[in-house]
Amino acid sequence: MKIAIPVDDKNIKGNVCLSFGRAPYFMLHDTENKENSYIINSAANSQGGAGIKAAQIILDNKADVLITPRCGENAAHVLKAAQIKIYKSDNNSIEDNLKKFKENKLKPLDQIHHGFHGHGGK
Amino acid sequence: MKIAVLSGKGGTGKTFVSVNLSFAAGNSNYVDCDVEEPNGRLFFKPELISREKVCVKIPKINNDLCRRCRICVDFCKFNALAYIKDKVLVFEEICHSCGGCMLLCPEKAISEKDKEIGEIQEGLFKDSNIYTGILNTGEETGVSIIKKLLKTIKDKPYTFIDCPPGSSCSVMESIKDADYCILVAEPTLFGVHNFDMVYNLVRVFDKPFGAVLNKCLEGENPAEEYCNDKNIKILCKIPFDHELGRLNSNAEIAAEKNEKYKSLFTSLLNTIKEEVE
Repeated sequence: MKIAIPVDDKNIKGNVCLSFGRAPYFMLHDTENKENSYIINSAANSQGGAGIKAAQIILDNKADVLITPRCGENAAHVLKAAQIKIYKSDNNSIEDNLKKFKENKLKPLDQIHHGFHGHGGK
Repeated sequence: MKIAVLSGKGGTGKTFVSVNLSFAAGNSNYVDCDVEEPNGRLFFKPELISREKVCVKIPKINNDLCRRCRICVDFCKFNALAYIKDKVLVFEEICHSCGGCMLLCPEKAISEKDKEIGEIQEGLFKDSNIYTGILNTGEETGVSIIKKLLKTIKDKPYTFIDCPPGSSCSVMESIKDADYCILVAEPTLFGVHNFDMVYNLVRVFDKPFGAVLNKCLEGENPAEEYCNDKNIKILCKIPFDHELGRLNSNAEIAAEKNEKYKSLFTSLLNTIKEEVE
């Protein structure tokens, strides 16, 4: 199983990024071989529709699960159609969230926001 | 003669200036291009004579023809398309109707369909025509409504274009065919910051322009300093006046109710006439 997390830096010791669509990187954790890889989020600088493009990147990289503090409705629409499960991160630590996910301690993200659509909050 | 009124910052007095100029001129067109919140009609209370829906073209995907090349998804600068489980998904609210995806599709799997995004209204106030563009809530851009509005207007000696705030596409569309631009400024630093943006915009468009300083108080006025600094012609100064506040909040036209403002806007109109000629 592949788990995707928006992150601030290309470092497992770093923080989960507060934004999904505008995160600088995504970390992909492979539960089979325990390997982590990092991909640049090319959606981060989009004029608009960053969430849609970011979700596209997640599904193109064949993630099964996304752990994120929040997610907008357009991104959620893409992820849902791609049957990628969204879980809410519990704190800032990437490692801790992975651990909690494996222990079934993370909750599904049920609050989908309406998106910022150029109105800040990035 | 087409005169566009713009300001950068909202709440500076674009509608106030354009409504009153249109009233002072008589036999004119007032065109409300602030399609996200058109409010000039609140002052004119025009008798509605026609309304027309405005549609834009959005892509429609034929999944039987689609060969999953993703050219359309990668092309869309607005990220209005996504490719999921062998299907292209269209986010209609995000689409800017550029038509690029349809042009690029090698399989001709993309056609266009109409989507209604708002309407334009034409009304009468005395011998003037009042045009209003209305964008439906949640839509991304009102540019096509502004285009249609400015194509619809009848021939009149004067057309006053009440622009949207800001300096983006919708403002550019509103001033494109204007003969003259009035930049309305208020004496705040925030106002001056956005005034600077529209000042640069009208220069890019190479339009003749002048400034109206609104809400003037005693003492320093950052907008006036800015105009002097850049050598921008100040067409007139409107005081910060409780009477104006009262008239505006009751949706009354100052030039109709108050002789002082009638003469102020008549003389502003004459100044603009001289500037254009």
